[in-house]
Amino acid sequence: MIVTIIDLVLFCMLVMTALVIVQTRHLFAVVMLSGVFSLLTALLFVTLDAVDVAFTEAAVGAGISTVLMLGTIALTARRENKPTRSGILPFFVVLVTGAALIYGTLDMPNFGDPNAPAQVHVAPEYLTNSIHEIDIPNVVTAILASYRGYDTLGEVAVVFTAGIGVLLLISGLGKGREDMKDD
Amino acid sequence: MEHHLILRVVTKLLASTIILFALYVQFHGDYSPGGGFQAGVIMAAAFILYGLIFGLDTVQRVFPPKFVHRLLAFGLLIYLVTGILSLLLGFNYLDYNAFDPQHPSHGQHLGILAVEFGVGVTVTGVMVAIYYAFAGRSPPVDDEDW
Repeated sequence: MIVTIIDLVLFCMLVMTALVIVQTRHLFAVVMLSGVFSLLTALLFVTLDAVDVAFTEAAVGAGISTVLMLGTIALTARRENKPTRSGILPFFVVLVTGAALIYGTLDMPNFGDPNAPAQVHVAPEYLTNSIHEIDIPNVVTAILASYRGYDTLGEVAVVFTAGIGVLLLISGLGKGREDMKDD
Repeated sequence: MEHHLILRVVTKLLASTIILFALYVQFHGDYSPGGGFQAGVIMAAAFILYGLIFGLDTVQRVFPPKFVHRLLAFGLLIYLVTGILSLLLGFNYLDYNAFDPQHPSHGQHLGILAVEFGVGVTVTGVMVAIYYAFAGRSPPVDDEDW
């Protein structure tokens, strides 16, 4: 009962934040509100008992990406220009996409359904065997680092590639070398 | 940010605490929520906070960009080398049982520790490097401008 109320309050605040983000033209406020949005999402993950995900969402979504967006604003403009064209077509597209997404959820299993495909495939094996095979209490870590080590390796490679890409595009390692020559 | 006394004092207190928390999340990830990804981001947040308050030059003296760029590749290397080590010991790639065949769970602990450390190092490097890249391009902004 209490969880339902908390969920409702969080979802209401989430929708309100999103609406304000759409409304306002002051980009500093938009960035701060998207940080709030991420924090609310993190709280929702906590109510779903997905603390590891909540942790990441709070640190990345509310923390780092807010700072990066602020950096971007400092490089560009503080205010969003008034749209020159009418917003009816984009609104229609968003409406159709949203309806399609909601239609897609109709086929999904109910929340917490023990017979959902995700619960009956490999999850029971992980939950029962990881304590003997890996012997660490946090099953999420056991799955990420050991059972799914290849996936995590791939993810780290993606993070690495993204970092290199940003460095090449924005900071320009070559330019850094020229600066060092000046010193 | 020269005149923000409260921000400066609070940042000095917080920065070291955040780093300590990042290390806790990193090495206690086997028992509590968290792991390499989260720890890396939290660690980077400490340096970014320091840079925001005390300026980019100050934080780059503590954490030079050259070092950060090495870090970002080093973490991925730790991960890859862990896998290659298990190959050399005659097991599958990234099969941590290799590190202690008599007690497979000990080997698993070691392997997970090494791999998570690699993840943490890369994520810290990438986050700080991206922050440096953005902050290095933008001119310092007056408080009034926001």
